[in-house]
Amino acid sequence: MRAEPILRAEGLKKHFPVTEGLLWSTVVGWVKAVDGISFSIPQGQTLALVGESGCGKTTTAKLILRLEEPTSGQVFVDGKNVHALSGDVLKEYRTIVQAVFQDPWSSLSPRMRVREIVAEPLVVNRRVAAAEVESRVAEILGRVGLRPEQANLYPHEFSGGQRQRIAVASALVSDPKLIVLDEPVSALDVSIRAQIMNLLVDLQKQYGVSYLLIAHHLATTRFMAHEVAVMYLGKIMERAKTEELFKNPSHPYTKALFSAALPAHPDIVREEMILSGEVPSPIDPPSGCRFHPRCPFVMPRCAEVEPQEKAIAADHVVACHLY
Amino acid sequence: MPRQIGDVVLRVEDLHTYCFTRWGVVRAVDGVSFSLRQGEALGIVGESGCGKTMTALSLLRLVPRPAARIVRGRILLEGDNLLEKTEREMRAIRGRRISMILQDPQTSLNPVFTVGNQLIEAIKIHHKDGRRSLVRRAIDGLKQVRVAAPERRVQDYPHQMSGGMKQRVVGAIAISCEPRVIIADEPTTSLDVTIQAQYLRLLREIQEATNLAVIFITHDFGIVAKMCDRVMVMYAGRVVESGDVRDIFNRPSHPYTQALLSSVPTMDERVERLYSIAGQPPALWDLPAGCRFAARCPHADERCRRDYPPSFTAGEGHTADCWRLEDACEPSQFSGPRA
Repeated sequence: MRAEPILRAEGLKKHFPVTEGLLWSTVVGWVKAVDGISFSIPQGQTLALVGESGCGKTTTAKLILRLEEPTSGQVFVDGKNVHALSGDVLKEYRTIVQAVFQDPWSSLSPRMRVREIVAEPLVVNRRVAAAEVESRVAEILGRVGLRPEQANLYPHEFSGGQRQRIAVASALVSDPKLIVLDEPVSALDVSIRAQIMNLLVDLQKQYGVSYLLIAHHLATTRFMAHEVAVMYLGKIMERAKTEELFKNPSHPYTKALFSAALPAHPDIVREEMILSGEVPSPIDPPSGCRFHPRCPFVMPRCAEVEPQEKAIAADHVVACHLY
Repeated sequence: MPRQIGDVVLRVEDLHTYCFTRWGVVRAVDGVSFSLRQGEALGIVGESGCGKTMTALSLLRLVPRPAARIVRGRILLEGDNLLEKTEREMRAIRGRRISMILQDPQTSLNPVFTVGNQLIEAIKIHHKDGRRSLVRRAIDGLKQVRVAAPERRVQDYPHQMSGGMKQRVVGAIAISCEPRVIIADEPTTSLDVTIQAQYLRLLREIQEATNLAVIFITHDFGIVAKMCDRVMVMYAGRVVESGDVRDIFNRPSHPYTQALLSSVPTMDERVERLYSIAGQPPALWDLPAGCRFAARCPHADERCRRDYPPSFTAGEGHTADCWRLEDACEPSQFSGPRA
């Protein structure tokens, strides 16, 4: 049995214009930040988008949060086309999709008390009675491991880990169906990361909320995600269930990412596969397969024909001419 | 590995660096001792605020003044005590004998000068040479860190380079005067993983070619596992455990090291739940009398809260400050903080 996924993205593209000139600016090119990606997230599960800077993972998150309009393609949340919503339905959408950002030092307003920060999604998008807001805030703070009386404090009175708990509380308060987690632990200290990751996993089990996890740290995705999509220059190179991907990474770029990851023990020696060069500019991405200039297995065909996604196992798709 | 571990080049004894603030005295580095041999890579691991960066800055005598001061200890670089040098003498030592790679190339390079000028600036202090030969040296420096087309690249400004390339330039500046010791403070945190792998391999190659002693300051045990021979774990201004990399990974003896190692998810197996350390590190201006980790330690008892434990030997070259080791072995030396 397979339920309708909470989130479905189809052929999503976002191109930003590159302009020249101040007053009569002309478009001289396009940054193809996201260039035709499709994925879906079932209820209560986590999809991780992994890739290096500039691969389009944050733009994808913005498209889903409706902070950017797509150039083409659609996002469906709960069966509704996100970018066609307006009025009350849009307000409702804003409560069922929430976000937690990387840096809790800049994502929480320093002039609001914790109570106001946490209650904001309820107050802005759902007209909830004051007494109910109060009890809901107290309940959520308890769930994320803060004390109810801390609702009166300001963000600067908390440590980084606690601030991230406040951000999680604020994301959870309106009973969302999907939370976009944009590098939720990378700004935190090592011993605090484990606390927040455990918390996020527990809350998912408890509330059945789905996560879109944006991460660059592979070990984090192995711990948190059910499915992983590897992005490179605006495209998904490989997508598979987490266990399958970690057992059998197939795309050369995925393999390179895995070999570049730091070992957990000095005796773990990974096969060295160090890529030459850096990620090319998304303004003028390479022809054919975008990875071909850096790929150690490059073939003549790679520069000409763009590989299509191909299933190599159940729930395992690769876009590469090797398969 | 062709790298040869030689004689001790740097010895730090009982280093104390305090910051004098309006909240009180922050004991950022509180009795740190270690030694570093030629060709060796030492990792200093800890979370933010544990004193690892202050230790590094103390070695170069670059602690932020007037708040911070090195109050006690000795830093012996090839036998010379750096704490007895004048500022003028220090300037001849920095870069030439001990140098540093900073975390973020975005902020450590000056945006209004070309990278060539910035390399030359570093070289000029130690080599009184003509302009042409300085440019030559700058190009050689870029070549050494594998910057493509160095003749052209010396004229570039930092904004014309990618992050990985800028970090290479920072590396070139650090090694331009052939120092004996390099301190790399989180050298790859601002880089992407594949670029990080390139950079770490480059550092390893430079180290093998020059037999440089390197100190890696990091919060990531992965860097330690990949790059270091020995490791020192710091917590709240003190070294709580130190030893050979394999000993620390295989037999961590201090509860903090054990907790840190088990709280990191790994790529190689799936875990259901991460071990997490409750609470946070203590405020450095209000440190407890006993073990600083006691409040978060699952094994802490009365004595831990009362007395700071001495360093016990847990194996050859492997020490840990924890009372639980008392029955198992002899104290190596008393090194607890003095009141």
